[in-house]
Amino acid sequence: MRTFETAQAPHRPPARSLRSVMLLVCAALLPGTLVQAVMLGSGVIVQVLLCTTFALLVEAVMLRLRGQPLSRFLFDGSALVTAWLFALCIPPLAPWWIAATGMLAAIGMAKQAFGGLGRNPFNPAMVGYVLVLLCWPLEVSRWGATPGDWVPGVVDSVRAVITGAFPGGWDAVTGATPLTVEHELMARGMTLPEIQADARITGSPHPASWSALAFALGGLALCALRVVDWRTPLSVIGGIVLLATPPWILDGDLNASPLHHLLSGGLVLAAFFIASDPVSGAGTARGRWLFGFGFAALVLVFRAWGPHPDGIAFAILLMNGLAPLIDRYTAPRRFGQGR
Amino acid sequence: MAGARFSGGAAIEPSPLAVEDRPLARLPAPSRVYVPMLQHQGTPARPCVGVGQRVARGERIGVALDEYSADVHASCSGVVRVIAARECGHPSGRAVTCIGIDCDGGDDFVTLPPLPGWRQLDRFELAARLQAAGIVGLGGAAFPAAAKLATASLDTHTLIVNGAESDPCAGSDAAVMRLRGDDVVAGAVMLGHVLSARRVVIAVNAALMPALSALHRARAANGDATDIEVVELPAHYPQGSERQLVYTVASESLGADELPRDRGVLVFNVATAAAAWRAVAHGEALVSRVVTVAGRGVREPCTLEVPLGTPIADLVAAAGGYAEDARRLVAGGAMAGPSLPHDDIPVAKGTYNVLVLSSAELQLDAVDMPCIRCGECARVCPSRLLPQSIVADIRGGDTATAIERGLDDCIECGLCDTVCPSHIPLLHWLRHGIGEATIAASERALADRSRMAHHARNARLAMLAEERSRRLAERERAALANRGPAAPSAAAMPDVLAAALAKARAGLRSDNDNGPSGS
Repeated sequence: MRTFETAQAPHRPPARSLRSVMLLVCAALLPGTLVQAVMLGSGVIVQVLLCTTFALLVEAVMLRLRGQPLSRFLFDGSALVTAWLFALCIPPLAPWWIAATGMLAAIGMAKQAFGGLGRNPFNPAMVGYVLVLLCWPLEVSRWGATPGDWVPGVVDSVRAVITGAFPGGWDAVTGATPLTVEHELMARGMTLPEIQADARITGSPHPASWSALAFALGGLALCALRVVDWRTPLSVIGGIVLLATPPWILDGDLNASPLHHLLSGGLVLAAFFIASDPVSGAGTARGRWLFGFGFAALVLVFRAWGPHPDGIAFAILLMNGLAPLIDRYTAPRRFGQGR
Repeated sequence: MAGARFSGGAAIEPSPLAVEDRPLARLPAPSRVYVPMLQHQGTPARPCVGVGQRVARGERIGVALDEYSADVHASCSGVVRVIAARECGHPSGRAVTCIGIDCDGGDDFVTLPPLPGWRQLDRFELAARLQAAGIVGLGGAAFPAAAKLATASLDTHTLIVNGAESDPCAGSDAAVMRLRGDDVVAGAVMLGHVLSARRVVIAVNAALMPALSALHRARAANGDATDIEVVELPAHYPQGSERQLVYTVASESLGADELPRDRGVLVFNVATAAAAWRAVAHGEALVSRVVTVAGRGVREPCTLEVPLGTPIADLVAAAGGYAEDARRLVAGGAMAGPSLPHDDIPVAKGTYNVLVLSSAELQLDAVDMPCIRCGECARVCPSRLLPQSIVADIRGGDTATAIERGLDDCIECGLCDTVCPSHIPLLHWLRHGIGEATIAASERALADRSRMAHHARNARLAMLAEERSRRLAERERAALANRGPAAPSAAAMPDVLAAALAKARAGLRSDNDNGPSGS
């Protein structure tokens, strides 16, 4: 007679692990990140590394404080994703303490203080970003290069990040994103064709558009691998198209085209990588449609009337707050309860 | 493809054993079989032989005590050596009375009288035969076929013979269809005829090519089978589950508290239909069954016909023995079958598969992480539940909310568990919750009964008290009435006493309309 250890069914090899899901997300972020690095300088990579370091540090300290096993949680990959997304939101030459406070807020407050992985009601990267945006609006909006400009190298980037001072001769172009310029000029009553002529944003497409395409590529791969539910990005993009088209047709001089909305700011990144965060988003299939659509609507509202040029982070956090309610009212109809 | 496809589920490649085309190996009877008295859902059979008694194969050794039971027969000829409780692979580890027979290697066998006139049988006569032949559901659940037949709807419009074989590691139904296709078809014809079903469907996993062609051949050869449909089902788990099967074939969505018979449908497994046919046409009792021995934990996975009561160890030996890294022994499918503590457990009527898994197939080092609400479990759930929310409720001890969210609808298919990236043992928790809910329901029933008894007692006591006070009042009234005329005259009494008496009489009069008139 041979004896065996008993175990619970099912007796199947486990699905791909949480860590591999997180690493897949990071891999999908890589093309967009590289494009951004080519356009804006190696500061992009420097920020990713810096944020990751701070994120792991804060995570380790918080796990220790909460008495949780480091071995199980520190390298689950979730802190890496948060750090990476946050790094992509801040300018490549932002001083180091932006990354530090951002990660403290994101990992320490938004994630670990709420119970760690899987328990955060709000997207940690967005909480961190909103905090630094509200505290240091200037440092978080100095985006630097526009196409054709000189792009800072690794040494210059590191020096700028450490000292907080821009490389010599670069202050003149402490550039704004097209979205910022538009927001500013439209507030003064200019029309879009007039704005297009502004020296600061000629020579488009702006680098943001190229990286948006690269992020979309990575995001589509995640949808194909079913890491991301396709409903979320589709409902975000569809929502933008659906809501931005009528005003654009009515008056193209005052209202940007849907394509312009999609390719500017971090919308594509948000659609594929941030709105699709399962922990803080809606959990049901119908809820995900609602979540994405609501997010798109809020982004358009914030862009049109908000005080900030882009409202992605605020829109995400608002929708995060609504997610439990959405889930409650969109539970699928059970088998046998009619179709 | 037939009808509607159910939502959720997962495409699963059938086991290589289910699509191979080898003849069936017959395992000879071992030196001793232990035939359990409980090989089915319901009441155990009672042994009807004594130690030392000679039995032939097919001879009855256990008698069904009620309609939710089935007779049990000797699976080899030999001498009864022991009647004792043994562990039989029940998940709780409970022991079942088994009859141990020393096999003599001979081939004495007995049958029931064949019933060539089966067309004249009504469902109860057929049910009686199925019970006497010990036929139970051979798809794993082992529900007594007689009870299913006897409780079928009088308007059974559709009979489905289930050949979905959707577990990724099992293949015994496929082997029965492939090698005993004529019995399956004849069984379907017979059951459909006796139930007067308007539609008889043999529903088969489309990926099982050899089984399908065998059934088509058998149907063409059987003159009575012209109206039988052979329908292909998607190779999708859990297509074999009753609710999903009835939905796909008959477009009926059963609620959590419904059985197929509530919608005029009846489902029999293909092997059950074949066994029922043999019991009627040849009088053969159920003494052996087809079992697949699967998994990389055995050297040569194979399909065997095995006498009931054979220890699982003998099956593994016939499959070339254990491979070096055999780590887990399972009776049944990979998705929901219970894992066994050892291999000295007899094959029962419901043992359709023996699975020996190697460590490579299990990855035992997976640790469970917190839920990130990715929604994969909800995507695959065939009952369209949100397993992660239900499990969160169960883990928090809130079974009531779990039930509100549809715990009763869980069919324990285990899919949610296999897709969870956090490796949360969802099926384990769901089963735990279902157990808790059952306990809670029976406690609630008990509490309700006690409360009703309490209310009834209070009502009874109140009634008695009322009765007593009524009688008391009546007696007093009678006493007063008797005393009334004989009351002493006021003149003979002291003044104070006379006044008090007058007052009392006045009070009595105003209290009671037809009270005694004092003066």
